[in-house]
Amino acid sequence: MIQFSYERATTTKAAVSALANNTSAKFIAGGTNLVDLMKRNVMAPTKLVDINAVPLKDIQQKNGKTIIGALALNSQVADDKMILEKHPLLSKALNAGASAQIRNMATVGGNIMQRTRCAYFYDTALPCNKRQPGSGCGALEGANRMHAIFGSSAQCIAVHPSDMCVALVALDATVVVAGPKGERRIPFGEFHRLPGDHPEKDNTLQSNELITAVEIPDNAFSKNTHYFKVRDRASYAFALISVAAALQMDGKVIKEARLAMGGVAHKPWRLLEAEKSLVGKEANEATFKQAAEIAMQGAKAYKNNAFKLKLGPNVIVEALKNAAGLV
Amino acid sequence: MNEAFFDKKDYKPLDRVDGHLKVTGAAKYSAEYVLPNMTYGVLVGSQIAKGTIKSIDSKAAERAPGVLAVISHLNAIKVPGYQADPSKPAKPAGGPQPLRVFFDNKIYSNDQPIVIVVATSLEKAKHAASLVKVQYDKEVHTTDFDANMQNGVLPEAAKKNPKSGSADYDRGQTTAFETAPVKIEAEYIIPNEMHNPMELQAVTAHWEADDRLTIYDKVQGTKTTQRFFASEWKIPEQNIKVISTFVGGAFGNGLRSWPHETAAILAAKQVKRPVKLMLTREQMFTMVGYRPRTWQKVQMGATKDGKLVAINHNSVGQTSSYEEFTEATLSQTRMMYAAPNVSTRYRILPLNVATPIWMRGPGEATGAFGLESAMDEMAHAIEMDPIEFRLLNYTESDPDRNLPWSTKYLRECYEEGKKRIGWNNRKLKPGSLRDGEWLVGYGMGTGTFGANRGPATVKAELDMEGNLVMHCAITDIGPGTGTAMVQIASNTTGIPTEKITFHLGSSEFPNAGLQGGSSTVNSVGPAVLAACNALKEQLIAMAAKKDASAFGSAKPDDLVFEKDHIVLSEKSSAKVALSDLFKQNNNRKIETTQESKPSENRSKYSMNAFSMHFAMVHVHPFTGQVRVKKIVCCADAGTIVSPKTAESQMIGGATGGIGMALMEDAVMDHRFGRYITKDFGDYHVPSHADVPQIEIYFVNKPDLLADPVGSKGLGEIAIIGVAPAIANAVFNATGKRVRELPITPDKLI
Ligand SMILES: Cc1cc2nc3c(=O)[nH]c(=O)nc-3n(C[C@H](O)[C@H](O)[C@H](O)COP(=O)(O)OP(=O)(O)OC[C@H]3O[C@@H](n4cnc5c(N)ncnc54)[C@H](O)[C@@H]3O)c2cc1C
Repeated sequence: MIQFSYERATTTKAAVSALANNTSAKFIAGGTNLVDLMKRNVMAPTKLVDINAVPLKDIQQKNGKTIIGALALNSQVADDKMILEKHPLLSKALNAGASAQIRNMATVGGNIMQRTRCAYFYDTALPCNKRQPGSGCGALEGANRMHAIFGSSAQCIAVHPSDMCVALVALDATVVVAGPKGERRIPFGEFHRLPGDHPEKDNTLQSNELITAVEIPDNAFSKNTHYFKVRDRASYAFALISVAAALQMDGKVIKEARLAMGGVAHKPWRLLEAEKSLVGKEANEATFKQAAEIAMQGAKAYKNNAFKLKLGPNVIVEALKNAAGLV
Repeated sequence: MNEAFFDKKDYKPLDRVDGHLKVTGAAKYSAEYVLPNMTYGVLVGSQIAKGTIKSIDSKAAERAPGVLAVISHLNAIKVPGYQADPSKPAKPAGGPQPLRVFFDNKIYSNDQPIVIVVATSLEKAKHAASLVKVQYDKEVHTTDFDANMQNGVLPEAAKKNPKSGSADYDRGQTTAFETAPVKIEAEYIIPNEMHNPMELQAVTAHWEADDRLTIYDKVQGTKTTQRFFASEWKIPEQNIKVISTFVGGAFGNGLRSWPHETAAILAAKQVKRPVKLMLTREQMFTMVGYRPRTWQKVQMGATKDGKLVAINHNSVGQTSSYEEFTEATLSQTRMMYAAPNVSTRYRILPLNVATPIWMRGPGEATGAFGLESAMDEMAHAIEMDPIEFRLLNYTESDPDRNLPWSTKYLRECYEEGKKRIGWNNRKLKPGSLRDGEWLVGYGMGTGTFGANRGPATVKAELDMEGNLVMHCAITDIGPGTGTAMVQIASNTTGIPTEKITFHLGSSEFPNAGLQGGSSTVNSVGPAVLAACNALKEQLIAMAAKKDASAFGSAKPDDLVFEKDHIVLSEKSSAKVALSDLFKQNNNRKIETTQESKPSENRSKYSMNAFSMHFAMVHVHPFTGQVRVKKIVCCADAGTIVSPKTAESQMIGGATGGIGMALMEDAVMDHRFGRYITKDFGDYHVPSHADVPQIEIYFVNKPDLLADPVGSKGLGEIAIIGVAPAIANAVFNATGKRVRELPITPDKLI
């Protein structure tokens, strides 16, 4: 860990201006990801701007939208009455992540911004284009059991590790950010990037922008949702594959569907084509299998993660079965 | 008169005598000693697996605030006890060569400690350590076990001594397998599994004078550690004090000394101040030992009606390039079942990795995965219940050593375990049971481990108030040794447990061996007995002076404490107040020091503890997730002197077995010879949600041939056999046989 300066911001404006002119400064919220990375010398900000005192913790309902402050804690959101009622999928996804202790510290903004858990990214003795552009991708021909099957590039095959983001992308959320020039709104699906030739960039947030909130438009999915996460142990492990499924049912027929996957790509992976295939069909195993097949089109495996090609469709079917109440 | 005191089996559950200290944080562990002038050491590890150090640029680190020294082979003081021949690290004249830290520029494994930075605070030392720049001359390394397995060699120890446990072994006909009516053959692999006790390896080294060293160290043997560093630093043993009062789990990791300990001692000598050094969690994967990756092949032959004809069991285990690590992977195969024809072949494979070390239930747990999986495969092949199959091949004497068992109550374990797990629900045909979407399966695995015993000495003092204080150099790495010894002493004397103290964990105390190999209660317990009995004899002699007719011919067994009196069991009227007795001694306490040693029974009997583990699992057919729903552990461990801590031991072992079966896996990228999973985020051990109800049953019958306490030890048998029980249950649930641990979801879909 290197020496760094520390400053506390109490307003959005102060937070944003504290970062101006210093590209190696970073916000710190719960610190559950950033501090680990600093300890391993993976990230070495020269200045930390503590945003915990910025009043961005509230969860409100306004104009047909649920607005969640960027500093709301993962546990707070997961247990929030309104969230449980209106967006249970989000609550389920949050509770599938990390441990109770970490969720008590982790914030919504930090969760969105958390970095990949790729082991090559974490070890400064190994190559990683995301950590050190141009050094190569260690995982490409290395230990890549946990890695991407969608949207990877020769530069990077890491996955975004968040569970919460899988639910948020399925729920058509919007990320609200504040920058030197004011507010910007980014559709969730466009917030995170694919690695392409610049895996060092996880997302489209500018280095001097602060996430202030996440908005979720009202929807009719609250009755039929499920977050199915497959991991190497019963709790406290990142997803091998996870699926967020939300259905709006009309009797036995699916009126609308939302489907997204985690643990498969550099960003939470929305399955738009599969969603479309579900609309107007009866909710049954055959329908779900067909959607799963569509969802997996274009998937590509590496040496150690071929199992994801088989596991992926199974998890989609299981998530949909559970959402539809068929299990 | 309280008859219960005379019933030696009456050991009641007792809260840990040091429990309060532990949960309140008052218990001091090796890194918690605060010494004047303390400094902090941080190790820098190599970033290559083989080669030499070309240069070390330590300028920036030396200039960093608070830095006192940056020590490497370039400027380290000489360690007088290092063996001199640098060209033969693997085989110096006198046996294996532990890694000589800061000795020369050679790199034998990745993350080998090559520099220690010493600074006035931990943070400063860490920061400076990140500034050290090292250049290497890389050589081609070999770390890939699977690709090099054919290069396994017979250990030197076996070459020298054909009777050694690692030597080739044949009983009966070596070709019997070929002609057996039913044959199975299978290969099994366990990955490198890392020790990772809660407490990180830590040492605080303090040279009190030029030739006087005190170390607060996380070890399993204070005396062995004292001897090791006495020879390393060429100073008299009595000049070294090793303090290890509390150990936050060790599981074998503290059975020997590691380079970081020498690094701290060396640095303390060089900076002339105490140095505290604690490994990081990641360094726990590379700078101390681990359970080695092991390949096994089992060929098993049986008759159609379930009589074993032959077992051929081969294994190859990983070791380092500089030391030959061996363990008893194949011992269970030689003695567990009544197979007339048995052959074992044990090999080790030197690689450019750090040296392994015994890890709970060491080789036996590894071997049991092979043997007990194969037993299950055979039972399936002949369509027989796995318990019935084992009972058909039950041994009433040790077929390896041709000796009777001192005791063996494994049958009782089968019977009780069957009931408790609900074995009757099990179906012979895999995949027949369901609970909702989940497949349900039952499995079992047997374990055994030597009822080991070594010499131990205990000093006991008794004061006129009836307070009993004992001392012994043994450590307590978590099983609750203090509690067990207090219970033995209380049981022997009748003194209530609150009035008994057992001091341990210091080389200043009377001799004891390592806390390892399930031997502590069997070794130190008898010394406690002996010391208590010697005290009683002194009291009887004192009492006889007052009342010769009652006490003149009394034996220690007749005597018991009752409040502030001693009484004779048979003649309850004979009763003397302690205060009266101690007057003879001017009210000074009485004391004794007693050694207890294994008896010649050890050559007349085979002495083993046995366990039987049952598992019930659910497997999700579409996603491959395994949930262990229930575990029942039954143990024949002799007398259980501390029922509560013994039960905790078993639960801990079973939990370790769940990790071994389902999660633990230190993955290495062989292109770099570096571990990929090296923290608790990536290297999985069971979380609470993975640990089901674990039921424990002890046969609790004494083995008085093994030792006068009647205990056979249970730390190891708690885990030996758990992993195959789970793997067998997974097979019973799914029909899928996973022969390479861990059984992760990808292997079941
Ligand atoms: C052992 C372990 C297991 C875990 N398991 C899971 C899991 O299973 N599933 C899962 O989803 N997550 C998991 N996590 C990750 C966890 O969810 C994240 O660490 C957490 O959400 C990060 O939030 P934080 O507030 O602590 O972020 P910090 O560590 O404070 O910050 C993380 C990053 O976000 C930036 N940042 C924070 N807030 C803002 C903001 N408002 N605007 C702009 N940038 C911001 C920081 O600058 C930093 O770069 C796990 C973490 C650990 C340590």
